[in-house]
Amino acid sequence: MNASYIGIRRYLVNHLATALSWLAAALVLVPLLAIFGYLVYRGFGSLDWAFFTQIPKPVGESGGGMANAIVGSAFILLIASCIGVPLGVGSGIYLAEYGRGRFGHLVRFTADVLNGIPSIVMGIAIYALVVIRQKHFSAFAGGLALGIMMVPTIARATEGMLLMVPQALREAALGLGIPKWRTTISIALRTASAGIITGIMLAFARVAGETAPLLFTAFGNSFWNMDPTQPTAALPLQIFVFAISPYEEWHRKAWAGALVLVVLIVAAVTSVRIVASRGVLKGSH
Amino acid sequence: MNSPHLKMPSFSHSVRDEAAGSKVFPTKPASLITSGSGNSMDQLFRGALLLSAVSVLAIVVLIVSQLYLQSRLSIHQFGWSFFKGQNWDPVAGDFGALPFIFGTLVSSMLALAIAVPLGVGVAIFMNEMCPRPLRNVFSYLVELLAAIPSVIYGLWGIFVLVPLMRQFIEPFLAKHFGWTGLFTGPMYGIGMLPASVILAIMIVPFISSITREVMLAVPSPQREAALALGATRWEMLRIGVLRNARVGIMGGIVLALGRALGETMAVTMLIGNRAEIAKSLFAPGYTMASVIANEFSEATENLYLSALVEIGLALFLVTVIVNIFAQGLIWSITRGNTARSH
Repeated sequence: MNASYIGIRRYLVNHLATALSWLAAALVLVPLLAIFGYLVYRGFGSLDWAFFTQIPKPVGESGGGMANAIVGSAFILLIASCIGVPLGVGSGIYLAEYGRGRFGHLVRFTADVLNGIPSIVMGIAIYALVVIRQKHFSAFAGGLALGIMMVPTIARATEGMLLMVPQALREAALGLGIPKWRTTISIALRTASAGIITGIMLAFARVAGETAPLLFTAFGNSFWNMDPTQPTAALPLQIFVFAISPYEEWHRKAWAGALVLVVLIVAAVTSVRIVASRGVLKGSH
Repeated sequence: MNSPHLKMPSFSHSVRDEAAGSKVFPTKPASLITSGSGNSMDQLFRGALLLSAVSVLAIVVLIVSQLYLQSRLSIHQFGWSFFKGQNWDPVAGDFGALPFIFGTLVSSMLALAIAVPLGVGVAIFMNEMCPRPLRNVFSYLVELLAAIPSVIYGLWGIFVLVPLMRQFIEPFLAKHFGWTGLFTGPMYGIGMLPASVILAIMIVPFISSITREVMLAVPSPQREAALALGATRWEMLRIGVLRNARVGIMGGIVLALGRALGETMAVTMLIGNRAEIAKSLFAPGYTMASVIANEFSEATENLYLSALVEIGLALFLVTVIVNIFAQGLIWSITRGNTARSH
């Protein structure tokens, strides 16, 4: 369209709007590239073999690493997955297969509420529920907080994927005399498995970087710990502690830790995207 | 995996089955009769699923009840004046949450003011303007922005954004907009302004993904009608799409507000953590989430702890209300297709 045909004002407004939307896109890319660029620049400079094999050194000594925090994070996330995955998948199946009534709506609504709870509030709630009773911070409390945070994401993903499985598949199985439970597990769940795993990985990536719920649950630890009833180091917690410290050596460690964390999360998000682009239902193409 | 899906489960041969089956259908082969044991397994299966669904309810009830129990002391001591008091003095045992409420509201609103035009602009860009080959790449990049953990935003904020604020942005704002009174006082770099900027960066992906979704939910005859009447692309978007999608876009904005209110780590690392109400955006502030993060593990007095939990309870209630409101708005546009955050 040219200006003489539609009038100069409309022509200009149209192009201005186009320019502004390009500008918005550019403005959003700037911080993203700045964060990744700076992260890679500072992180790579501080990464070394000791980072993955040693525990933090006291202030003033150079060297040391975050091995205990990496292992601690893996440990807490394992506990979280053991709690969050069965609960999330279970309630997702319930919602998809039996949840048409009022109770199903109540559960869906509650899952949304749970999803919106600020992570710091989850931290206090688990503190009140577990830490006060146990009388000390523990890896289990941290895992429980993160596990609960995984539940709504996994439940809604599971429900959505199961609802995408054609009803005819279930009817075919039921028509062959296969009981409902077996139909659900072997037919519906298996058909939707790729999508459900995608949802689980997204939930996992989301809680892997969470710091706030661990502040008063897992608490952090400068040493090795593999006892679920004891305070445990975690990568995001350690990054936080190092970042707000006044020591240059610790800042370097914080950047290295941040790079490791981001690489893990980006890998998870990217693989989810690749899986999702290939179709989330088995045999759908 | 190649386990045969359609093979009869072995337990169908149980004695009870054959007995029950032979009574009614004497000629039916026993291996096909699964109703008896299948039924009881079905009950068990359904029961287990019900249990996990009920546990979702139980978790939320437990969280609310624990927050209430732990904050009872402070609720009884201060009543409603807790939310009006400006004094936060753990030594004297005097607690008022107003500076934190102020900090939370101001930082979230300022973040929205920055993020809403950007988020909506990006959504329009991605749905309408972006060259097709770039669209996937761009949506992937925005998705990454949403996946970066809060603590890493905070880290970047401390070492990149704060020096930038102190040396360039704040002096610039003070010089040209100092007369508004919003940009005065010492320039520490940390304070309300950088915290709001980092919050804005963090919530842009939420706003843009939901805006994209509700824009796609607008029926295409709306666009076609506008174009047929000779509208330019922008007029088509404004009249045909944005006007129809505005309720849903509002929903996305409110959802982002819910995120911003509860955001903890990045804000704690940048806002300066001083419990006072200042007009200048350069001044340090404090939010509800960050006071909990900073002081909870130091709180030894029962009343102190209880006051912090009460702030948490208030934050919980506010975010729940905001989220429910947002879901309602989004639902009214997408009609039950659950809004996804990615």
